[in-house]
Amino acid sequence: MTNNVAAARTSAALSDPELDPSMPAPVPPTKGQTTGRSQGSDARLRAKRRGRARHGSHAVAHVVLGVGGFIMAFPFLWQIIMSLSTNAEVQSVTPHFWPAELQWSNYATVFETLPFLDQLRTSILITVIRTVAQILLCTLAGYAFARMAFKGRAIMLALVLSILMVPSQVYLISQYQLVQGFGLLNTIVGLMLPGLFSAFGTFLMRTAFLNMPQELEEAARLDGANPFQVFWKVMLPLAKPSINVLAITTVLWSWNELLWPLVVSTNSRSMPLSAGLATLIGDKTTDYPVVMAASLLAMAPVLIMFIVLQRRVIDGLAFSGLK
Amino acid sequence: MTTETLHPPKAAAPGRPKLLKRDGAWPWLFVSPLLLGIAVFFLWPIIQTAYFSLTTWGVFGGSTFTGVANYVRLFADPQLYLALGNTLLYTGIVLLGVPLAVWFASLLNTPGLRFASFYRVLFFLPYVAMPTAIAMVWRIIFNGDFGILNYLLRGIGIQGPYWISTPGFAMVAVAIVGLWSSLGFSMIILGAGLKNIPAELYEAAELDGAKPWRQFRSVTVPLLTPSIFFVLIITIIGSFQLFDLQYAILGSPATNPVIPRSLSLVYFFYQQGFVSNDKGYAAAIAMIIFVVIGIVTLVQFRLQKKWVSND
Repeated sequence: MTNNVAAARTSAALSDPELDPSMPAPVPPTKGQTTGRSQGSDARLRAKRRGRARHGSHAVAHVVLGVGGFIMAFPFLWQIIMSLSTNAEVQSVTPHFWPAELQWSNYATVFETLPFLDQLRTSILITVIRTVAQILLCTLAGYAFARMAFKGRAIMLALVLSILMVPSQVYLISQYQLVQGFGLLNTIVGLMLPGLFSAFGTFLMRTAFLNMPQELEEAARLDGANPFQVFWKVMLPLAKPSINVLAITTVLWSWNELLWPLVVSTNSRSMPLSAGLATLIGDKTTDYPVVMAASLLAMAPVLIMFIVLQRRVIDGLAFSGLK
Repeated sequence: MTTETLHPPKAAAPGRPKLLKRDGAWPWLFVSPLLLGIAVFFLWPIIQTAYFSLTTWGVFGGSTFTGVANYVRLFADPQLYLALGNTLLYTGIVLLGVPLAVWFASLLNTPGLRFASFYRVLFFLPYVAMPTAIAMVWRIIFNGDFGILNYLLRGIGIQGPYWISTPGFAMVAVAIVGLWSSLGFSMIILGAGLKNIPAELYEAAELDGAKPWRQFRSVTVPLLTPSIFFVLIITIIGSFQLFDLQYAILGSPATNPVIPRSLSLVYFFYQQGFVSNDKGYAAAIAMIIFVVIGIVTLVQFRLQKKWVSND
């Protein structure tokens, strides 16, 4: 996912509403509202009207989407089946579509033979800290860029947004040099450090604050609240939909990313799960079923988050991709 | 442009809010933590990489300024063209997913379709899955001896290749997974565009006796063009940054001898910068990636502007 979102960020920066007034400002998806037009009563009416006329097309849609959906889900299903098979079953030339006996012990083996718990802890730590840091730093800066007047605001904003146009490879070498220089290779701090700051998040939050009505802010000011109180008590709660978008994109990116952890951690105990799994590629000493079980466990937290939040994740990612 | 169709502007656009009066030191307290991090970890590294690309690094550390030597060497390096070719091959295959996504998205947006949100979750699942974790099962699916893909191919009389360890096929295998994992994202963006096509147009077409296929061709596709274009650009830029999936499926040069012949641009960068430790050369590769993606983005920006004025 990181690739597409990064790409979208690049294009987002170019169509920033302030840099180009012809662009409409984006409106973050609010709770219960689907992207674009709401599927209200007119949609239902249309459905009724057309449903009768095009009953046949529903069958076609179900067949095509059913087959397509099965292909999309197949690798996950196959992974579950393989994780419960024996190594011999996985490697048999005629596939075993169901194991003779479910090998739940493969999951226990993950914890016994791989530094899985260490890596899980690292993944959770860096993801949580990065998400909290990005929300804090990006809302603060985004608010100031959207709502406050200060010298050099335009140029600093332009500098931050310019990063969105630069592919990550361009700063990777130098980030590595910095982290190495601080003696932070193979540490949690080194792993999460550049990811605490986000130009995209700043852009996202600034857009959110730009679109808010001014009256509340002014009223709070008249009541004698200082700028931080106005931000914290009045404006931040209003920005919740965009904060959700930022949280979702940051969690997904941080949990899944590979290149950065691959270069700053060489010791498998200090790696997050994404890089830790990569060390198992082509490793002949590990059982396939155990690797399958480990992979499923590594993906599980994010997949569960997605299945629980569904609509919000999809809308959030589509939104961050669009703007 | 796309966003116009996806997020229709509110009826009375609330003009750009006036900025509050100058707040003394407050704005600085708000922006400085972020700015400090951005300056140290992003802005400075960008400048530094541009400089690194003009230096040559010794095996035992230390670097000397060598001007454009890295670029001269790079443009004469067959690996660059190999990486560029592989990246284009990958991009081409992943782009085949866009017409598929249009088809699936338009079916998914059939009014009153049951289980639509269930299908949406299925198609989106690969997009949120960790690339290294899901690649593990794809490696088994693609396995030349016991993979289920070759088993199915044998069923129709084709002897499948050793996907992951044969040059060419290795890149195709990675691209199949790339297509699979980006399809759902494209569908969602296209779906949002589809929702904005007025129902009246379909009703008018139906009155004129247009069959579903004709409606799709004459109403859906033309009105969806901005969204399709946007998806194409996102897919191209994303594909040019291919690394995670490729590394996860093919592995490192130490475990897979096919890697040197299957480099993508970013893998080439990674290999030079972090495997061979030739950081000056890698910096030059990074600058080339920057320029290539910059060109694609600029093309998009110009075409998008044209779209807005022609609307």
